[in-house]
Amino acid sequence: MPHDHSDHDHPHTLLPSDPALRVKALETILVAKGLVDPSAMEAILDTYEHKVGPHLGAAVVARAWTDPAFRARLVADATAAVAELGISGRQGEHVVAVENTPETHNMVVCTLCSCYPWPLLGIPPGWYKSDAYRARAVREPRKVLAEFGVTLPEGQKVRVWDSTAEVRYLVVPMRPEGTEGMDAVALAALVTRDSMIGTGLPGPPR
Amino acid sequence: MTRVHDMGGRWGDGAVVPEPQGIVPVGADWQRKALALTLAAGGLGQWSIDTSRHARESLAPKDYMRFSYYEKWIAALADLLVARGLVSEAELSSGKAAPAPPHPRLFRAAAVGPALARGTPYARPGAAPAFAAGDRVRTRLPSRNSHVPGGHTRLPAYAAGHVGQIELVHGPHVFPDTNAHGLGERPEPLYTVAFSAEDLWGEAETQDDEVTLDLWESYLEPA
Repeated sequence: MPHDHSDHDHPHTLLPSDPALRVKALETILVAKGLVDPSAMEAILDTYEHKVGPHLGAAVVARAWTDPAFRARLVADATAAVAELGISGRQGEHVVAVENTPETHNMVVCTLCSCYPWPLLGIPPGWYKSDAYRARAVREPRKVLAEFGVTLPEGQKVRVWDSTAEVRYLVVPMRPEGTEGMDAVALAALVTRDSMIGTGLPGPPR
Repeated sequence: MTRVHDMGGRWGDGAVVPEPQGIVPVGADWQRKALALTLAAGGLGQWSIDTSRHARESLAPKDYMRFSYYEKWIAALADLLVARGLVSEAELSSGKAAPAPPHPRLFRAAAVGPALARGTPYARPGAAPAFAAGDRVRTRLPSRNSHVPGGHTRLPAYAAGHVGQIELVHGPHVFPDTNAHGLGERPEPLYTVAFSAEDLWGEAETQDDEVTLDLWESYLEPA
């Protein structure tokens, strides 16, 4: 059996206790040693602060609502379908789209860490990473939904997807009533981040 | 048997607090640096996502519980850098290091866009699946890494020893229980398995509610 150092060996305790000082110390060391390029750090932040976010997932959902052939491809192979829209990458290498129906409401969690479809939704919100959500979503999804102001109709079951592997789930919410005349761009504006995690519903037409 | 991160079903954590829609702000400057440093150092290719998850799970339970998300990332990153010999304990203690030439695999700015868009696919060629959609399977009990005592595994304790139904067949994926520990990718067929919430918890909010998990073949036996 290999010896597992990390069980009892925690060098991180050598860093200062204040989080800002810890990060600063590590950054200083890594940049000095040629292990991290500061301009790569800027490029990473620019990606997740300005480019990759839930507007990308919303475009996928709106396309599925308005294009039956795309919707069929999305359900059959979501990784390939979202790649048609230029969406791919880290923490979204294997995508499965799960459609809400009058019978089933889908909701996504990662109880073991915080796995989340980054290329579709960006970085996860704090609540998604919280102990409360990770602990409770699988056991009492309706109570959690109530905290988001969501009440499901009687007779609609909940299926909670615990993301325990590298498969990332995108909830495709039901298209709201009263949106029949709207195009994909207008529809995408109704698709909230939380509606694609399953803790929200798309907004009403505005 | 479990580690502190395995919290699915736990009681006592209080309310979930919603946040505004849209792109999530990374946070304070130190949180932005923590995210960027972790991804930039990950770009050196010296460890897998499984190893990285294991490093976070291996924090002392009292640290895991008191650390915020990015504090866990930074602590695990420091531990991994020392474990790989990239940074010394003396450097961590002093907060200083002598200047060195760029690492041969330094993750440069020009590589960031393509690398993030490419990701690290985990599907591999491998054995044909033993189970098909609709098959009934039982998860191993207890949940444990059968290669490394206390090692990384992705079967949550709450789903151990339960009978479910194969929902999706994904084909072979890298096996985290070995890959996290440098024991090879050893791809195994991966499945999405659906469980009755009532079976898992003794009672469910409604009778038909379900929980699905993504589980590797060696976590499962026919039921």
